[in-house]
Amino acid sequence: MTENSFSRAAPSRRSFLQMSGAMAAGAGVLPFLKVLPASAQADETVVVVTGQTINSLDLHRTGTNRASYQVAVNCYDRLVSFGTKELPDGSLSYDYATIVPELAESWEISEDAIVFKLKPDATFFDGTPVTAEDVRWSFERAVSVGGFPTVQMKAGLLEKPEQFEALDEHTFKVNLLRPSKLTLPDLAVPVPIVLNSALAKENATADDPWATEFVHQNTIGSGAFRVVRWDPGQQLVYERNDDWKGGPLPGARRVIVREVPNPSNRRALVVRGDVQMSFGIPNKDAQELADNPDLEVFSTPIENCIHCIGLNYAFEPFQDPDVRKAVAYAIPYADIFQTAAYGRGAPMWGGSGEIESIAWPQPFPYATDLDKAKAHLDKSGYASGFEVPISISIDLDWMEPTALLLQESLAKIGIATTIEKIPGANWRTAALVEKRLPLHLENFGGWLNTPCYYFFWAYKEGHLFNSSNYANPEVERLVDETLHMPMDDPAYAPKIKRLFEIAFEDLPRIPLWQPALNVATNGATGYEYWFHRQLDARGLARS
Amino acid sequence: MAAGRLRTVVSRVAQAIPVVIGVVVVTFLLTRMLPGDPAAYFAGAAADAQSIAEIRTALGLDRPLHEQFVFYVGDLLQGDLGQSISTGQPVAVELARRLPASLELTLLALLLSCAVALPLGILAATRPGSLADHACRVLVTAGVSLPTFFTGLALIYVFYYLLGWAPAPLGRLDFVYLEPPRVTGFFLIDAALIGDWQTWWGALRQIVLPAVTLALFTLAPLARMTRAAMLQALSSDFVRTARAAGLRRSTVLYTYAFRNALLPVITTLGMVFSFTLGANVLVEKVFAWPGIGSYAVDALVVSDYAAVQGFVLTMALLFVALNLLIDIAYTLIDPRIGFDG
Repeated sequence: MTENSFSRAAPSRRSFLQMSGAMAAGAGVLPFLKVLPASAQADETVVVVTGQTINSLDLHRTGTNRASYQVAVNCYDRLVSFGTKELPDGSLSYDYATIVPELAESWEISEDAIVFKLKPDATFFDGTPVTAEDVRWSFERAVSVGGFPTVQMKAGLLEKPEQFEALDEHTFKVNLLRPSKLTLPDLAVPVPIVLNSALAKENATADDPWATEFVHQNTIGSGAFRVVRWDPGQQLVYERNDDWKGGPLPGARRVIVREVPNPSNRRALVVRGDVQMSFGIPNKDAQELADNPDLEVFSTPIENCIHCIGLNYAFEPFQDPDVRKAVAYAIPYADIFQTAAYGRGAPMWGGSGEIESIAWPQPFPYATDLDKAKAHLDKSGYASGFEVPISISIDLDWMEPTALLLQESLAKIGIATTIEKIPGANWRTAALVEKRLPLHLENFGGWLNTPCYYFFWAYKEGHLFNSSNYANPEVERLVDETLHMPMDDPAYAPKIKRLFEIAFEDLPRIPLWQPALNVATNGATGYEYWFHRQLDARGLARS
Repeated sequence: MAAGRLRTVVSRVAQAIPVVIGVVVVTFLLTRMLPGDPAAYFAGAAADAQSIAEIRTALGLDRPLHEQFVFYVGDLLQGDLGQSISTGQPVAVELARRLPASLELTLLALLLSCAVALPLGILAATRPGSLADHACRVLVTAGVSLPTFFTGLALIYVFYYLLGWAPAPLGRLDFVYLEPPRVTGFFLIDAALIGDWQTWWGALRQIVLPAVTLALFTLAPLARMTRAAMLQALSSDFVRTARAAGLRRSTVLYTYAFRNALLPVITTLGMVFSFTLGANVLVEKVFAWPGIGSYAVDALVVSDYAAVQGFVLTMALLFVALNLLIDIAYTLIDPRIGFDG
């Protein structure tokens, strides 16, 4: 590191800038490293390395990638947010069951509407107050731009601009199409952010009515941080917004997110303590660094998310229930979990078969048993075996070791396989849109943490993550009935248990394990797991 | 003579035009033949058919191919390389920022490489079979047979992780420095221009390890070519004559032999340069170096048409310019060579 860089006495460009920066402090967007001397900065700066690239500051823009969602989390406010809970291992996690205020001070839910009272003193970065009209405009933007934001809004039944009304300066009303337990949680995900609508409109053009080009390069929210510097492909620098009203003030004054593509370098940086956090480390590193006394390693199983094997019903042998069960008994679950996941996450096999709770995901009642597998295959119409390719994506690192172990095991019961590797840009089209892969690996994780939401995406006919072309009228009916039903409704649990039963029996997807999000810290506190799997910098501080 | 040279330069530039047109057409067609569907990719994980269609329209990918091509060429003529969807930045801006990073790294690496390879090659040629010759052979074999990402990681492990001499492998500048105001885009030059020696030192510290990694890799062709060309020159008639005429050893070696041996070396240098510029993506990835190699690979993986086309076009133009420079260098080294010959 370069602690000498600020210590020279000779007047240099930097020391000059430091002086002028100190005078200009508070004057809005400050360029990088001009405010504080290096020593003060080190105490309040948290440096995070990641392998992902942030490609936009605007979540609503076409082409914005997942890594960029963290900007929406850290620089913008939503009406509401999720609370925080402590997990059994002592680490922090967001709490799906608790909705807490962010921009809204309070809210009232009635049969056909939710009315929010906004915090009267919340302001945007430029000092203008946050009004209900800003919220209305921002929500209209989210449901109108198309693509992912619009789809995610729709999941909470937020579909039409007419649903949003600014009643007065600080009162905002969402008209409900129908009551749903998903609406309020869907207002706490990264998508329904509130933007400075006046500033956005100033920078909108006829071709770009939602100012996506401007918001792409500028953060215009009211959130905990603003982006003061963004070098695409290299780094993003957050600076704390001292006037933030959405929650307790972050402990770090500045958070620097550096992109380091090579995982071994990320590991070296955090082990040496040159950076305070490595976000999204490989399972292997998580396992190996867990015993390092200097580091804290967090491995949080990702809620409502399962790595699984998809058996495509369009492929004739997989229409035979005995073939599907033969595959389920032939999978070397434990070996795969150790080899592909280094034991990080939660096993999803070897369940008792008794469905005691509606916790999801839960282990399926299958375990590695080649004799049972062979018996099922003998009973089926394919006793002499068959040939099928195992399709995997090149981009997802857990798939290849999984496929190799699966191939070896299936060969033992007479199912001959070849491994077909599909490039990342193609994978989605082949697996999810065309749904043409007979035997494939798949992963889906739902942001909204309810079992019915998982079944909605992964088991309903024609839905995107139903890559197995599974269609069952009873599943259709049960998902439609439960999706918007409150979870404490007495009818909910029995219906969900029935769905689990069908999933165990029909096996369009065979779960392998619930993957984990791994984060290592060295000298930083306050890491909290979030369902969106991106960095929430608002709790971070130097230890 | 000067007028004649100017005329030939102009004619060479004119000859490059069909090449560039060919590159434009071929890259356009090749990117469209890539199997991926950018609309589906950029629609995100939870998109449905309708939102994919919306994005396809927004990207202009729903139009027939020939129409897309006309739009592309029209933009190109106005100097607009389009907008990269994956990075969200205009391709021209991105290339202008990343190309100097790659050029600075590659040029410094080649400079280092030449500084070692040329003397080594000459030494090996003047004393074939000696210890120096064998040392040269070992070094170049090692250099070329170790993959660059391995050399890079090994250097980082030793000099950063174990010894702590090198700075963290975090790209062109550690984050406590400000980027020098942009003149050439080469940090070492820009920092020197304004006399900011702290930043210059910071930039130098960052570039040393990746430059050495690349230099080790490019050492082999240069050293081997120098050795071979020098051996041939030293055994030629004019060197024998010069020796017989009693010229001094250094005059024979440098004025007669080396100058003649330089032509194949320059040719190799040009090839190594253009090859390295495109192929140092592994080094860029290892050192988080924001160059064009990693940009192109990332763009290719997600079928980001504009970025890939911009990259190939830039490389083609660079290659044309480089060949021109090398041809001019030939005529300076050896006046017998004309452009038309």
